[in-house]
Amino acid sequence: MALLEIDGVSKSFGGVAANVGISFEVAQGEILGLIGPNGAGKTSLFNSISGEVTPDSGEIRLEGKRISGLGPVACAERGIARTFQVVRSFESMTVLENVMVGAFARTAHARTAMRKAMDTLEFCGLAERADRPAWSLSPPEKRRLEMARALATDPKIILLDEMLTGLTPTEAQAGVELVREVCRRGITIIMVEHVMEVVLPLVSRAVVLNLGRVLTIGLPSEIVKNPDVIRAYLGDRYAAA
Amino acid sequence: MDNSILRRRRHELIVGAVLLVAVALLPLPIKDVYTQNLIIITLLFAGLAQAWNILGGYCGQISLGHALYFGMGSYVSTLLYVQAGLPPSVGIFFGGAIGGLAALLVGWPCFRLSGHYYAIATVVVGEIGYLLFLNWDYVGGATGVYIPIAKPSLLNLQFGKDKLPYHFLVLAFAAATWLAAWLIEGSRWGYSWRAVKDDVVAARSLGVNIFSSKMAAAAISGFFTGLGGAIYGLYVGYIDPDSVMAGHFSILIALPAVLGGVGTLWGPILGAALLIPLKELSSSFLGGSGRGVDLMLYGAMIVIVALARPQGLVSLFGRRRDGSA
Repeated sequence: MALLEIDGVSKSFGGVAANVGISFEVAQGEILGLIGPNGAGKTSLFNSISGEVTPDSGEIRLEGKRISGLGPVACAERGIARTFQVVRSFESMTVLENVMVGAFARTAHARTAMRKAMDTLEFCGLAERADRPAWSLSPPEKRRLEMARALATDPKIILLDEMLTGLTPTEAQAGVELVREVCRRGITIIMVEHVMEVVLPLVSRAVVLNLGRVLTIGLPSEIVKNPDVIRAYLGDRYAAA
Repeated sequence: MDNSILRRRRHELIVGAVLLVAVALLPLPIKDVYTQNLIIITLLFAGLAQAWNILGGYCGQISLGHALYFGMGSYVSTLLYVQAGLPPSVGIFFGGAIGGLAALLVGWPCFRLSGHYYAIATVVVGEIGYLLFLNWDYVGGATGVYIPIAKPSLLNLQFGKDKLPYHFLVLAFAAATWLAAWLIEGSRWGYSWRAVKDDVVAARSLGVNIFSSKMAAAAISGFFTGLGGAIYGLYVGYIDPDSVMAGHFSILIALPAVLGGVGTLWGPILGAALLIPLKELSSSFLGGSGRGVDLMLYGAMIVIVALARPQGLVSLFGRRRDGSA
């Protein structure tokens, strides 16, 4: 049985159909890429999976149990964590305190949460920033902080929303390494990404969305040659090439 | 390194204890009744501002209706004494309980609103409470309620002309609110509440239940505000809607925290220590000839702090500590 099942999920906002009948499965331990041009419905789907919005129809199941419609808190408790496309650090708190909020998802004990948060910061390479206020971090550090905060909740699946976008190639490479490390810990990853040359070597499979529908699902090597994908990204002129 | 938070907290506790002892010793040199009264009112508002800070500062829910919890606390404790003969030393806790309960009842609908809309709703609810009590004969209406003078005793929390016991009573109250805030800061609640204040969407993605966080903060904040109201009622010996429930009390409870620094342990105390003496002194020196001048001073101070140090006066000290940490 797949770890996460997306089963015919549709969601519209007013007249705009953000997701239409989306179905795919995510296996335990894989890194799944979710790609597609702007407005394809990637972030909407993330919001459905993380419980932030309820799909109009269809179901999302984690380990066979429905999680769609339960809300973000229940989804977090069941093991879904996420980062945000536009970073949302707790700016008035220190880096360590930010991660402690995540760690408190699994313990009520402050010292346990602190130790867990410190370990997670260590893992994410932010240990020496622990006592800095979150607002003082650089953008790539803030992305790492989001990752650390999500990891501290001990998730089964982590949803990364454009974690590598807007970084310099060196920073992005460091981000890729971090994602690999997280995966090695046995945490399943779904990542939304624009930068194809960064995502495709990293992921085991990719789901391509276009205009709210699944265009294709496949191995990275198949995706880049798929004429539909090329058409969606570059237009008809390049599809024949 | 990972002990920096623990070290900071231990340090805060030591400073708190030193401050407690220092304030407890104040009546030794200060014998004059006017100054004693000033200190009592300042301590009371330090406690009330800290109570407000628990909801407004840590959880970020700006309430401008705390006069309602304050007034209900003093009414319930007073009426239980006058009508049912319950000793005030017990009654003040009923006053606190009703304050907490009222905060929950107000929070139930109002926490569905966010930001400024929540603040506006609390103003309205506070005014409704004021008008209800003003026109409710059972609680004395606009005439108010006198607290009958009883034999001075700890049970009655009445001490005749002696101000000293009240000094320790309000000091205990202020210390209790401070300790509550300190405990909250180090607990899961404190972290969750600050997360709610900073970013609701991120907080709930990490499993923080937004609504129940706000409700818990409101209950604790309301409890201490009601308790403070009950003590105030006993201290002044007479309550009516204008003296315990009027809208300006809501502002007066919130301002020391805002001035000193919201969401900080020392902000409400620092704010109260500056603001309350300033207000009392200016109104007694200027009150007769220039009515409202005290309020202008007050307003000017808020404007200056808002422009120059929106994080509050406590941040003037905070920076140095960050550097050494």
